[in-house]
Amino acid sequence: MWLTNSSIGRKVVMSLSGLFLVLFLTFHMCMNLALVFSPDAYNAICGFLGANWYALVGTAVLAAGFIVHIIYAFWLTWQNRKARGNDRYAVTTRPKSVEWASQNMLVLGIIVILFLVLHMAQFWFKMQLNEIVPVSDANPHDGSYLVIETFKNPVMVVIYILWFAALWFHLTHGFWSALHTIGFNNNIWFNRWKVIGNVFATIICLGFAFVAVALYIQYGVLGWDVPQMPAVH
Amino acid sequence: MEKKIDLTLKVWRQRDRKAKGQFETYNVKGISTDSSFLEMLDVLNEQLINEGKEPVVFDHDCREGICGMCSLYINGHPHGPDSAITTCQLHMRKFNNGDTITIEPWRSAGFPVIRDLMVDRTAYDQIIAAGGYTSVNAGGAQDANAILIPKTDADEAMDSASCIGCGACVAACKNGSAMLFVSAKVSQLALLPQGRVEAARRARAMVAKMDELGFGNCTNTGACAAECPKSISLSNIARLNREFIKAKLQD
Repeated sequence: MWLTNSSIGRKVVMSLSGLFLVLFLTFHMCMNLALVFSPDAYNAICGFLGANWYALVGTAVLAAGFIVHIIYAFWLTWQNRKARGNDRYAVTTRPKSVEWASQNMLVLGIIVILFLVLHMAQFWFKMQLNEIVPVSDANPHDGSYLVIETFKNPVMVVIYILWFAALWFHLTHGFWSALHTIGFNNNIWFNRWKVIGNVFATIICLGFAFVAVALYIQYGVLGWDVPQMPAVH
Repeated sequence: MEKKIDLTLKVWRQRDRKAKGQFETYNVKGISTDSSFLEMLDVLNEQLINEGKEPVVFDHDCREGICGMCSLYINGHPHGPDSAITTCQLHMRKFNNGDTITIEPWRSAGFPVIRDLMVDRTAYDQIIAAGGYTSVNAGGAQDANAILIPKTDADEAMDSASCIGCGACVAACKNGSAMLFVSAKVSQLALLPQGRVEAARRARAMVAKMDELGFGNCTNTGACAAECPKSISLSNIARLNREFIKAKLQD
C-alpha cells in the first residue's frame, strides 16, 4: 500500500489528515465565537454535538484523524532521524528562507497535544463523555457555564493563549506544506499558499484567543453574572 | 586586491566507512584570498605530506562548478557560506584572517563516508538507473523542430536539468531526504513531450529506489533549495509529488 510504504505516500497521509484537522479547527473556532455573544446559542450548538449518534460518529472520525496524524508524525520523524545517519554535524545553520516552525513541527505538535490533554479533561470529559457515562458532577448540557467559569481565571487565559501560539507556528508551516505535498503548488502559488496559510492560521488563532480574552473581560473583569442552567443531571 | 590570511581548520578525519571519525585541527598560513577553497586544501595537504602525515581525502574533479564531484560541509553550509556556487567555486576572500573553518563531510545514511571528507554518492547513480532516462530507438536523430515545445516548458525543464547531482540537498536536509534531486531529475523529463511517455513509470521507479536506499521523508523545510549550488526550485518537489500521486492513483 503506497500510503504506508512510500515516502510520498506517508507524507500524503500527513497532509490530508492535517488538512482535515484544520477544517475541524475552523469549525471549532466559529462555534466558540457564539459563546461571546450568546451563551444560549453556544449551548444549543453543544446540544447538537452531545451524545447523538451523528456527533459520536463525528467524534470517532475526528479522533481517528488525530491518531493517524500523530502516529505518522512519530513514524516519519523516527525514519528521518535514521536517514540522517549516526554522526551529527558539529556546526549547523538555518538558511534565511527556512522557517523555524518547519524544522520543529514534531516539538510544536507535542506541545499542542499536551495542552489538548488538559483541554479534553476540562471540557470534553465533562460534556460529551459525561453525557454518555456520568463521570463528573458538571451538567453536561451546560457547556457555556463550564467554559465561562474556566476563562474567568486569567491563568487559564494565558495558558490557552500559549497553546494557540504553538498552534499558530504549527499551522503556518503545516498549511502550505500540506498543499505542497499533495502537489498543489508551483513557482507562482508557492508564495500565495504561504500568505494564505499565514492569514488563515492567524484568523483561527486570533479567533480562539478572542473568545478566551472576551470571556475573561465579560465575566472576570466586568463581573457579569454567569448564566447557569438548572441542574437536571 | 590579493591578501594573505592565516586560518585554523577543523577537519573531519575518518579512516573508513566503519571507523569512528573525529576532528583534527590544522593551521595554514599565508593563504592567498585569490585562491579557491580547494586550492587552500591542496596547500594543507602539501603541508601534511611534508610533515609525513596522511593528506586529507576530499572529492573534486572539474573545479569549475559543473561536474558535481566536490562536496564539503563548510561552517554549517554545504558548498560553503556563499550562495549558488559549488565548493570549487568558493573563494578564500569569503573568509577573514584568523577565522576557524569547520569542514565536515556530507552526513547522511544514504551517503556513507568512504574516508575523511569523501562520501559514497553512488546512491544517486542507482536512482538515475532506476528511471531517470528516456527510452529511445537508436538511429538517426530526428529533426529538432518535429515536436514543438513551449518556451516556458523548455526553460523550466532546463532549470531542472541544471542539477549536477552533488548531494548538497541531502546534506542540508535535516531528514536526509533526496527529494530535491529526484524531483529535479523527474521534472526535467516530465516537462517535455519526449519524457511524458514514461513519466508515471519513472516517478514510481525513482521514488521506490530513493526510499529503498534509506533517504528520509521530505518535510518541506526548504533547506535543500536554499543551499543548492544550482538554485533548483522547491516547485520541482511539488511536481514530483503530483507525478507520483497521479501514477499511484492510476494503478
